[in-house]
Amino acid sequence: MSSLAIRKAQPAAGTTPGTAQGPPLRRRIALVPTVTLLIGAIYTLLPVAWVVIASTKSGHELFSTFTFLPGTGFTGNIKDLNAYRGGIYWKWMGNSALYAGLGALLSTAVSAFSGYAIATYRFRGRETMFNVLLAGVLMPPVILAIPQYLLLAKANLTDSYLSVLLPQILSPYGVYLSRIYAAAAVPADVVEAGRTDGAGEWRIFTRIALPMMIPGMVTVFLFQFVAVWNNFLLPYIMLSDDEKFPLTLGLYTLLEQGSNTPALYTLVITGAFLAVLPLIALFLVIQRFWSLDLLSGAVKS
Amino acid sequence: MTSTARRRSYGVKGAPYAFLLPATILFTVFFALPIGYALWLSFRKVHVSGLGLGAGARSEVWAGFENYTEAFQDSEFLHGALRVLGYGCIVVPVMLGLALLFALMLDSDKVRLTSFTRLAIFLPYAIPGVVAALMWGFLYLPDVSPFYYVLEKLGLPQPNLLDGGPLYLALSNIAVWGGTGFNMIVIYTSLRSIPAEVYEAAKLDGATPLQIALKIKIPMVAPSLVLTFFFSIIATLQVFNEPTTLKPLTNSVNTSWSPLMKVYQDAFHRGDIYSAAAEATLIALATLVLSFGFLRAANRRNKQEEAA
Repeated sequence: MSSLAIRKAQPAAGTTPGTAQGPPLRRRIALVPTVTLLIGAIYTLLPVAWVVIASTKSGHELFSTFTFLPGTGFTGNIKDLNAYRGGIYWKWMGNSALYAGLGALLSTAVSAFSGYAIATYRFRGRETMFNVLLAGVLMPPVILAIPQYLLLAKANLTDSYLSVLLPQILSPYGVYLSRIYAAAAVPADVVEAGRTDGAGEWRIFTRIALPMMIPGMVTVFLFQFVAVWNNFLLPYIMLSDDEKFPLTLGLYTLLEQGSNTPALYTLVITGAFLAVLPLIALFLVIQRFWSLDLLSGAVKS
Repeated sequence: MTSTARRRSYGVKGAPYAFLLPATILFTVFFALPIGYALWLSFRKVHVSGLGLGAGARSEVWAGFENYTEAFQDSEFLHGALRVLGYGCIVVPVMLGLALLFALMLDSDKVRLTSFTRLAIFLPYAIPGVVAALMWGFLYLPDVSPFYYVLEKLGLPQPNLLDGGPLYLALSNIAVWGGTGFNMIVIYTSLRSIPAEVYEAAKLDGATPLQIALKIKIPMVAPSLVLTFFFSIIATLQVFNEPTTLKPLTNSVNTSWSPLMKVYQDAFHRGDIYSAAAEATLIALATLVLSFGFLRAANRRNKQEEAA
């Protein structure tokens, strides 16, 4: 250990004069990584930039002007979208917000209960329950979605808000993350201290443990919000009444009709642009006080 | 005194089960029951007596493995499986290769603009697969695409991206675009958890950043690479949203392009839920075999390396 410290100190002392004179630009910015990452960013932003620009074009401009040239039809497109079937687009947006918002909230609560229980209690069947819940991650959504549809049909629940909301509440990944956060954030002696003070288990959870788990729970909420917001297969299978569609399904049906009536393409593009805005805004706002790293279960020690 | 103590200890004992109750109920109703029901259906079929008219003429009977043998003889289903395997062989290595590359670049010294580039590369995660396929789908259409505009100006040949071999690339690109960012974050997080002392010594010994990346960083993040590989295989074999969304834009994507689309088609358009259940079970089995097979192979290699 000490030899390492010496070896570390020597070259550092040797290079100090060099840095004081100001090293060449190449030294201060690692060019290859920076440029590689910029190329990656351009690649990911390209289709988004295209959809932003294309949404400003009228139907006529879309097929006639250079694609990266802004058009003049943005307000017209928004008006057309508002007018389309009595503003059903906004209904879809509202539905998506409802499915994702309420679904993620319930999902976070269930994950928090489960993760906290598995992380802080020692009880029979603890690991088995965790492993069984986690195995849900491996189940292809389709092997679930079709029997879910058939079973919900028997309960007369298909084509309802509940049919999209209920199957997405339990999130195996959410339970997994919650266990990690609860184990890292809630010290066992704090829970024990609560018990000796005579607090009940529920009170300990809501008053002591939950506040400590908040950063982790925000992550679980975001993860599940995105998962529900982006889900297509489940509503595609469950719903037939387009008043209950989420955005993904609504845009898909719009595109499908567009293959016969290209005039709808501008609506699809404008709709796609407006559909990506809320989530981009959400991430831009939230990243000020929330780190992306939390998404992969990283816990600062 | 003793009664309250006992009550409290009962409370502690029962508490974890109470906390796990909602998850258990949801798991039973929305995971275990549907899986069991799908398995049951996959061994059933409809028996039609006479002309199939009137009540009782159609009845559900035991089918044994009939639905499974039929699925294995169904060329559409098998072709779909081959298409998705080919697609997966492009998507998984390219996506994780890029994710690893970007993660290593983010982790290197003196790199700039990382908060911007990191968020930009991660951004597609927040965009629904349907919207991603829709955006790229338009970029693949010669009438509206800037790529074709550039190719035309340069007088280069203009391939049809929505047909034949290029269609695989076009579909793969959508998946790579959508999945690279999330995997990059997972790998980058595990890179950052490596203590600095580990490569401080190598750096002083004059190792180049490339050598440090290849010899130290990549081996140390191997577990997270294995995990991202594992989940990518599962996700790729279930591809559904992207080809379904591209379908209205091209005639080359049919209703059974991927096995999942065929399952949907059988269940809801042909009304044969029994075949659909058998096919869904086969996809699930193939997914589990491939993903766990990979996990085992990766673990075995790790053990061998540790032993060597």
